[in-house]
Amino acid sequence: MTEIIRIENLSKRYGSGTKALDDVSLSIREGEILALLGPNGAGKTTLISIICGLVVPTSGSVRVGGHDVRTDWRAARRLIGLVPQEIALDPFEKVIDSVRYTRALYGEPPDDAHIESVLRSLALWDKRGAATRELSGGMKRRVLIAKALSHRPKVLFLDEPTAGVDVVLRREMWEVVRDLRRRGVTIILTTHYLEEAEDMADRIGVIDKGKLALIQPKAEMMGEFGRKTLVIELDTPLRALPPDLARPGLALDDGGGRLTFDYDTRAERTGIARLLGDLAGQGIGVRDISTTQSSLEEIFMNLVSETPRVQA
Amino acid sequence: MNRHGAVAIFGREMARFFRTIWQSIASPVVSTALYFVVFGSAIGGRIQSVEGVQYGAFIVPGLMMLTVLQQSVSNASFGIYFPKFSGTIYEYLVSPVGWIEVTLGFVGAAAAKAILIALLILLTSFFFVGVHVLHPFWMLAFLFLTSLAFSLLGFIIGLWAKSFEQLQVVPLMVITPLVFLGGAFYSADMLPPFWEGVAKLNPVLYLISGFRWSFFGLADVPVTVSLLAVAAMIVVCMGIIRWIFASGWRLRE
Repeated sequence: MTEIIRIENLSKRYGSGTKALDDVSLSIREGEILALLGPNGAGKTTLISIICGLVVPTSGSVRVGGHDVRTDWRAARRLIGLVPQEIALDPFEKVIDSVRYTRALYGEPPDDAHIESVLRSLALWDKRGAATRELSGGMKRRVLIAKALSHRPKVLFLDEPTAGVDVVLRREMWEVVRDLRRRGVTIILTTHYLEEAEDMADRIGVIDKGKLALIQPKAEMMGEFGRKTLVIELDTPLRALPPDLARPGLALDDGGGRLTFDYDTRAERTGIARLLGDLAGQGIGVRDISTTQSSLEEIFMNLVSETPRVQA
Repeated sequence: MNRHGAVAIFGREMARFFRTIWQSIASPVVSTALYFVVFGSAIGGRIQSVEGVQYGAFIVPGLMMLTVLQQSVSNASFGIYFPKFSGTIYEYLVSPVGWIEVTLGFVGAAAAKAILIALLILLTSFFFVGVHVLHPFWMLAFLFLTSLAFSLLGFIIGLWAKSFEQLQVVPLMVITPLVFLGGAFYSADMLPPFWEGVAKLNPVLYLISGFRWSFFGLADVPVTVSLLAVAAMIVVCMGIIRWIFASGWRLRE
């Protein structure tokens, strides 16, 4: 995949002395959905703000579509759409005028057919004549997305797009994001909802204390960091775990009717075959076997407490 | 140069003006009518003429200048402060519009509104006094340059302000006193020599003087000095705005 954004050695220290970003380097590929995770104040919004032009970096460089965001800012910004974290709209302006206005700011001539298509795709067409102050919170957020898409950006930044949005609307927004990706838009989103990243992202970056702790394809991350649990339903409940079966990660649950075995998918030998052999050897009957995988939330919590490391 | 961006900003600001057209024009027109009643009739009844010009007519350029300065500063400062207040300023910072487009849009609209209101005041004055404009071209030129200069100043105030109180303080504490002390209602020649010297330190005196010259051919200071003063103000303000956008002061972190 072609690279659309290159970030090199990016650092930001605010006037207050807070170091929000510390030597971050990152490459974002065209057409992917990258989710940036991190606790509050980790530096996610600062990173997005520097790329979009809201914050001036202390050092380092950012190129979007090959254009440096500081020296060739007009060309770089034409490629970008931003949906900010805070809902910021002129309360007296009509929805359609607001979207048209943003398109013009990006130097694009009027194109009402495109504006209509964007508003329809976000279920806002019926509200086109309403003043933004009359809309619900979820609709206002969709107006922000419509504005960000008004000039057909190649890269869309969504800063906490579903913060404060109800579950139904959140799922609708995920569908909008997936649809944009299908149309070739590169999407970078920051989120607190790990479910969101797990559901949508192709790659996940974890930012902690201003450093990029990790960036990996989601599946790889889940595989590499995910601990799996083998759940064995027994034919006959056991009163206690037999001493010959005892091993790290194995526990007797559900009143003796279930064995759970935590194992590391990265290990050369997971110990599953040996455990099943030992069960058969002891004459313990097995009714059912299933596995569960650790969630992204658990992976995330483990990562932010570990020493930062960066992978390609 | 992002032409669509500049035109959009200008158009949106003008649309805001026309949306509240009656509030926008009622206040200055009523104020002006009151000035004519108080200064033109009450005081003008005792001061028959100033340098051969009927007092009611003599104050018309000063009244127009008073309105132009107040409207230019308040329109431009509010125009850019409101997006800062509502958070929509981010749109101008992330889109490919530079200081030139943003300034053309906001300042151009603020100046256009001020000029429209000033011309409306001139029209209103015809109902009260007989006014003849000796140099119409120069009258319009002074009107344009002064509106532009003070809209640029207002724009800087809007960029600088962190609250609505700060937005009000400069027009109230600086602009209005300078206009009143700048010969809006009198000629600097009417002051004692010492105060005439002090008055000439007031930049607004040069604007009013030049503007009054375009009406009656009378000026407290040479017209070229007035033109240079307003041109210098435009250049200095544009330099400051360019610096603000380049450095990100009060705009970017």
